[in-house]
Amino acid sequence: MNLKRTILAFAAAGALAGALATPAAHAAEQVTPPRQSWSFSGPFGKYDPAQLQRGFKVYKEVCAACHSMNLLRFRNLAEPGGPEFSLAQAAAVAAEYKIKDGPNEQGEMFERDGRIADAFPAPFPNDAAARAANGGVLPPDMSVIAKARTYERGFPWFVLDMFTQYQEQGPDYLTALMLGYREKPADFTMPSPTMQYNMYFPGHAIGMPPPLSNDRVTYDDGAPQTLEQYSKDVSAFLMWIAEPHLVARKRLGFQVMIFLIVFAGLLYFTKKKVWHAVDLEPGAVEKKA
Amino acid sequence: MSGHSLYQPQSPFMKWMERRLPIAGLIHSSFVVYPTPRNLNYWWTFGGILTFMLGVQIITGIVLAMHYTPHVDYAFNSVEHIMRDVNYGWLLRYLHANGAAMFFLAAYVHMFRGMYYGSYKEPREVLWILGVILLLLIIATGFMGYVLPWGQMSFWAATVITNLFSAIPLVGEPIVSWLWGGYAVGNPTLNRFYSLHYLLPFVIAGVVVLHIWALHVAGQNNPTGVEPRRDTDTVPFTPYATIKDSFLMIVFCILFAWFVFYMPNYLGHADNYIPANPAVTPTHIVPEWYYLPFYAILRAIPNKLMGVVALGASIVILAFLPWLDTSKVRSARYRPLYRQFFWVFVVVCVGLGWLGSKPAEGGYVIAARILTLYYFAHFLIVLPLLGLFEKTKPLPNSITESVLHGDVPLGASAPPPVKT
Repeated sequence: MNLKRTILAFAAAGALAGALATPAAHAAEQVTPPRQSWSFSGPFGKYDPAQLQRGFKVYKEVCAACHSMNLLRFRNLAEPGGPEFSLAQAAAVAAEYKIKDGPNEQGEMFERDGRIADAFPAPFPNDAAARAANGGVLPPDMSVIAKARTYERGFPWFVLDMFTQYQEQGPDYLTALMLGYREKPADFTMPSPTMQYNMYFPGHAIGMPPPLSNDRVTYDDGAPQTLEQYSKDVSAFLMWIAEPHLVARKRLGFQVMIFLIVFAGLLYFTKKKVWHAVDLEPGAVEKKA
Repeated sequence: MSGHSLYQPQSPFMKWMERRLPIAGLIHSSFVVYPTPRNLNYWWTFGGILTFMLGVQIITGIVLAMHYTPHVDYAFNSVEHIMRDVNYGWLLRYLHANGAAMFFLAAYVHMFRGMYYGSYKEPREVLWILGVILLLLIIATGFMGYVLPWGQMSFWAATVITNLFSAIPLVGEPIVSWLWGGYAVGNPTLNRFYSLHYLLPFVIAGVVVLHIWALHVAGQNNPTGVEPRRDTDTVPFTPYATIKDSFLMIVFCILFAWFVFYMPNYLGHADNYIPANPAVTPTHIVPEWYYLPFYAILRAIPNKLMGVVALGASIVILAFLPWLDTSKVRSARYRPLYRQFFWVFVVVCVGLGWLGSKPAEGGYVIAARILTLYYFAHFLIVLPLLGLFEKTKPLPNSITESVLHGDVPLGASAPPPVKT
């Protein structure tokens, strides 16, 4: 009976919640991005190294023109659980870049070839230069952007996500964003003529022009050179750089889970045995005096 | 409860030690032979879980502090350095961040358990008040810890919460500058929050010792709320409570590991992966989920000062619970009306939490006001009156009787009391 009352109370609360959800019109209503399927989702998810390598190529050839990635070091490209380039490949990528170093013994700054320990160089010397070159808008750093972007799931989805482990809102949103450029609706006023209309961007007016188009980047592994494929690959790459230890985390998690479940089982049966006598008869507990 | 130590040292060294520092005897009498009511259910494990979580937070926190840099220019990147380059740094940080959430979850369950079974009533008032002090301390510690990664939510949460003090008449503004160490949230603020975030857990540990001391003086309450009267009412702490608590603690760890390994950012906010930027205000400034009910109460009141007062009162009122609840019967098992009001109160708290996550506009504000009003009415109207008017069910004569025969009304064909 108590349970029934509790359920009734929750039902009443749910009805209240439903009634309240209607007037909640946000100022910047966000369109829900479609769900993609990712190799790294779920408890056994792993990054696909080939996809990350393609995504890196897209980033390097397109995004890196405006977006910095300050936390990426060339050595990361060769680390396990990532794009898994060979060390020689990572060193070759690093050598393509000139790194400002110094001061030398004469007290002067100088440029040298990149090494694998170096961070990926930023396209602009500072934020002000980046703004000046991009119509006053700062292109955000991409190091953790896949974890810094999301969309609201709403009730009851956010509760269910706890059980289904859905947490790829970031890459889903980023993919949708790159595919979301549309003609401006007639009744929409653009705050600035340099801006673009994007159906998934909060507020819809985005400073970034459509970055990708079919055949923009040449793939070496035969993957389709389409806008959709580029968007997915670069989003997966951004997820990796935001969460570089995801594969190790999920692998360790599975081991920990097995251990904890077995341990809990053993403790449960030990507990049953210890309490057996007490549950049978109250006087059975021996009191040592 | 029985004061005399039953500990008999065996080895010559322990005999030598016991005459000089009887620490083994203290542990023996507190955690081995200590009598615990035999009918404790699993809700009683959450105190142990909280102690365990405090240990987890302190250990992971000390290691994290070895790699973290409390400076506005480096804090965000030093956390990312932990996530990327420190060996198992991602594990330490996710344990610590999710550990805070698990800590609050366990604290709330622990408090609701105390409320359901009337654990705050005579002679456990001081035990309960120490618990309210612990709640205040973990709220402060958790808040300052959330500021340290110096993301957008860190910065804006710090700004919003410290600004609450500006509502105090006359001295509000000077107090806020004093808290900030400047004229805005900045490097001095981050430095002092880091210092205090490191200090407070040890203060918490000290109050936990007092809390456990008070518990061991008064003895544990139990689901019947009837004090143990005879030997068969209790069992020794070890092995009975130890094994039962260990089991649930490991089950709790499964929940904890689920978040740490599979959904480490689910309980956090995406905006905190954007470095703090004083020039850009996030669309919705939302605290961590465990502060949401209090945040809803704060925003429900249109007047800023009164909102802050309500926020403070919503926590402080808990300390008066032993005197606001006028019923002589402890456990909700024997209080049919209170039991219903208790569940309504739980739903109200969860509802406030949900409203705290929503923007303060339209129907949400109205609902938050109604629920805030009910929150206080529960303490100030429902509990005092219930004690006067509620017709409680007859209490069992002893814990043993309740365990063996269920709760049989007096006068009905009650089985003969069990002989000891």
